[in-house]
Amino acid sequence: MAKLIKLDDKGVEFLDKIMELSGETITLCDQCGTCSGGCPFIAEMDVNPSQIMRQVMIGQKNIMESKTMWICASCFTCTVRCPRELDVSKVAEALRQVKLREAIDFIDIEKISEEEARILPSIAIVGAFRKFTG
Amino acid sequence: MKTGVYLCQCGGNISNTIDLPKIAKHVKEKKGDILIQENSHMCSGAGQKLIIDDIKNHGLEKVVVAACSPHFHEKTFRAALQKAGLNPYVLEISNFREHCSWAHKNEPEIATEKAKDIIDASIAKVELDFPLEEKKMQMGDEVLVIGGGIAGIQTSLDLADAGKKVTLVEKQPTLGGKMAILTKTFPTEDCAACIISPKMAAVQDHPNITLYTNSEIESIAGHRLHFEAKIKKNPRFILDTIDMDQCLICTKCVQECPIEQPNYWEQGIMNRKAIYIPAPHAIPYKYLIDKENCLHFKDGSCSICADVCPQKVIDFEQKAEFIDVAVDNVVVATGYDIYDATEKTVFGYGKYKNVVSALEMERIVDHISEKEPPREVGKRVAFVQCVGSRDKQIGREYCSRVCCMFSVKLASLLKQAKPETDIYIFYTDLRAFGKGYEEYYKRSQEMGIKFVRGKPSHFTEDPDTKQVIVTVEDTLSRDIIQSEFDLVVLANGMGLSAASEPIADQLKLAKSDDGFFKEAHPKYRPVDTLVEGIFLAGTAQGPKDIPDTVTQASAAAGRVLATLAQKEFSLDPVLAFVHQDICDGCKQCLNECPKKAISINADGKAEINEALCLGCGSCLASCPIEAIDLNYFTNDQMYAQIEASLSNKKEGEKRILIFADENTVYRLADACGVRKMKYSTDSRIFRIPSGSRMTSNLIKFALSKGADAVMIGDSPEKSSRFAWANNVTKENIKQVQSALNDLQIEPERLIFKEYSAGELARFTNDVDAIAEFLGTIAPIPNETRDKLFTAVRGE
Repeated sequence: MAKLIKLDDKGVEFLDKIMELSGETITLCDQCGTCSGGCPFIAEMDVNPSQIMRQVMIGQKNIMESKTMWICASCFTCTVRCPRELDVSKVAEALRQVKLREAIDFIDIEKISEEEARILPSIAIVGAFRKFTG
Repeated sequence: MKTGVYLCQCGGNISNTIDLPKIAKHVKEKKGDILIQENSHMCSGAGQKLIIDDIKNHGLEKVVVAACSPHFHEKTFRAALQKAGLNPYVLEISNFREHCSWAHKNEPEIATEKAKDIIDASIAKVELDFPLEEKKMQMGDEVLVIGGGIAGIQTSLDLADAGKKVTLVEKQPTLGGKMAILTKTFPTEDCAACIISPKMAAVQDHPNITLYTNSEIESIAGHRLHFEAKIKKNPRFILDTIDMDQCLICTKCVQECPIEQPNYWEQGIMNRKAIYIPAPHAIPYKYLIDKENCLHFKDGSCSICADVCPQKVIDFEQKAEFIDVAVDNVVVATGYDIYDATEKTVFGYGKYKNVVSALEMERIVDHISEKEPPREVGKRVAFVQCVGSRDKQIGREYCSRVCCMFSVKLASLLKQAKPETDIYIFYTDLRAFGKGYEEYYKRSQEMGIKFVRGKPSHFTEDPDTKQVIVTVEDTLSRDIIQSEFDLVVLANGMGLSAASEPIADQLKLAKSDDGFFKEAHPKYRPVDTLVEGIFLAGTAQGPKDIPDTVTQASAAAGRVLATLAQKEFSLDPVLAFVHQDICDGCKQCLNECPKKAISINADGKAEINEALCLGCGSCLASCPIEAIDLNYFTNDQMYAQIEASLSNKKEGEKRILIFADENTVYRLADACGVRKMKYSTDSRIFRIPSGSRMTSNLIKFALSKGADAVMIGDSPEKSSRFAWANNVTKENIKQVQSALNDLQIEPERLIFKEYSAGELARFTNDVDAIAEFLGTIAPIPNETRDKLFTAVRGE
């Protein structure tokens, strides 16, 4: 079933934020598909790079749940082929940044028992804070 | 010398604000022996008669009319002067209405004071005005058309039919251009060769057309309505006689020639001999020898064609001929080249055997129904759009306009000839813009051609089958297609032809951002160039399909006819000139003129070619001793009017002198007046041909004589008649600003602004901002003004 999309200011804010972080004019994207066609990791991605561009353009924040930006290896194949000279890998990086800035804690410190706190290496505890990247 | 000053009331429009009797008194006191008249409507028949009668009865030699903007009635009053036997250029218009009574409607007293300055400036200038003659140039009816494709053919035929003498030069050995290579044409599917052949023949047979094929423009130069070209007619190595019976086209030479080369008119899918006729429909239908590949020219080992020729018409010694022509107009129809896809390495064109260009496919499709076609296409065929168009990576951001339709056409023709072929067209946006095009596109879908929205990222080649593997996202299903094709056809975009480059250089034709020739105006002068007398036809100006090319070619012919129909061409006398007694031949001005109108004469002094000069005044700044000057805006006249306009300035008053280019900013100020838009009454507006006329000396002089700020206004480069002028203006301003810095005067007193015609509020705001700024700073001390004066005029 088709998803019903509401175009609203929150979506515009999301687009503006990604454009600012990436430095790329995402609204320039022509949806020609060159990036997806050339991507060496396309088979591993749940959402195509061109679809990422599209979803960000229409302000669909749920694109943040996609795996694609974590699979992107920044090999720049898309970047050197895009007929509009957009740097898609920079957009992926911007999305990663947004996710990291959400600062989600993987563990709740209150729920760690004294026993666990004693045996866990401190680096593991530190690593669980604000590093959850989905 | 007697001057007449006419004050127009404009039915109250002027006289209700400006106290005209007070102006009359002021002029009388200042000038004494001067004739002053006041009239309700100077532009009326009665007003004009007043001037004419006074010239006759009182022997007036100069006339000043204080009325509306010169853009309304300067012509009227010039005609009146002419009727009375005076030269039309000894007239000055004081812009009392737009620049004063309307702009400062609510401040009648200050407006009257401003009007005094305006009329004083006009009187000072008119005293130095001198008669100017409009030079007449005769026009003939000779036209040179460069390029013998469909555009050049159409223009030539239209002109020749209208009785003009046309010289048509084509680089290739046959007429027809790219159209002669095409198979059928969209959307009607009539054969290209069949529709162009009669036109090619008509060119050859037309008594008014002299045709040079296999010929190039060796050199071309000229201006406005006189161009001289040297045509290089390359040898065909066949005796060229008027008697066509000499060569019998018996084909014996071709049969015997041992050399095979790819034939350009078959786009390399078929071969030809080293002696050949380009195409079955070639015009002229004559042999030529390909010197690059003929064994006789390589090592002298073969002359078999000459040996077997029964008529003995082969002449290996034939040399290039040079023909000089002089023409009145030139039409540039040098056409396009397709994008060289070898540059786009991801597509493997030139490397993979089964990746072909669009023009190659034209020939493949043309032969596909033959029993043994020179090239088979296989089962599955892909067309790939936007190769060399809409691609920033290769510096071509424009759409080539025709590729969508020619791919639809080639696919349709192939499908009709070989219905079993499985055809896919990979596109980004499909543009079916012309008459019948959308319907044609729909018919191709009905035939079963599949349109897939996605731009292939790259191709690879199966090393065994030589099939091409295309990887592309189907952007509508979001799935990745990776599939083998027996043939991939690239939709090569258009670019300006390489053969156009030397023409562009020699004729100094401008190009637009897309690299094609630039038209004088994209909307209302689409076939003119910025060089008068040179016109554009066809794809040299931008990508076009055949109907648009033919339309534009006829339009170019129409523009040529309109130009030549004038028979005589009068040059505006507002042109640069050189004071021969002052010029010391330092040559600094030579490179300043973008029209190359300045040269050094036999006396070693600079000289202006009046036919080339456009009168912008940019060259004046380059002369360190003011030897170059500009008619009607001479240095003496400018100094005099600036000084006079500042002569009434009282202690504590401020003056902003605004020098406005006559085409844009002066009219903009007029429009502000028409709308009664208020701006600072400190302003005094002067008309100049372009901002670049304001030499650093003039600006310094204005400041030395009492100006507190100087503003120069001009149109933006893009819409200016003088695209180069603003850079000159900026340079002049920079010079003065650094001088001001040294004298510890605020450089902000000097402002250069660009306005387009509608920016009225921006203009008035800017003027007010300067006035406000002047209120915040101390006046220029008198000793500093003296220093500036000394810098300009000496002790």
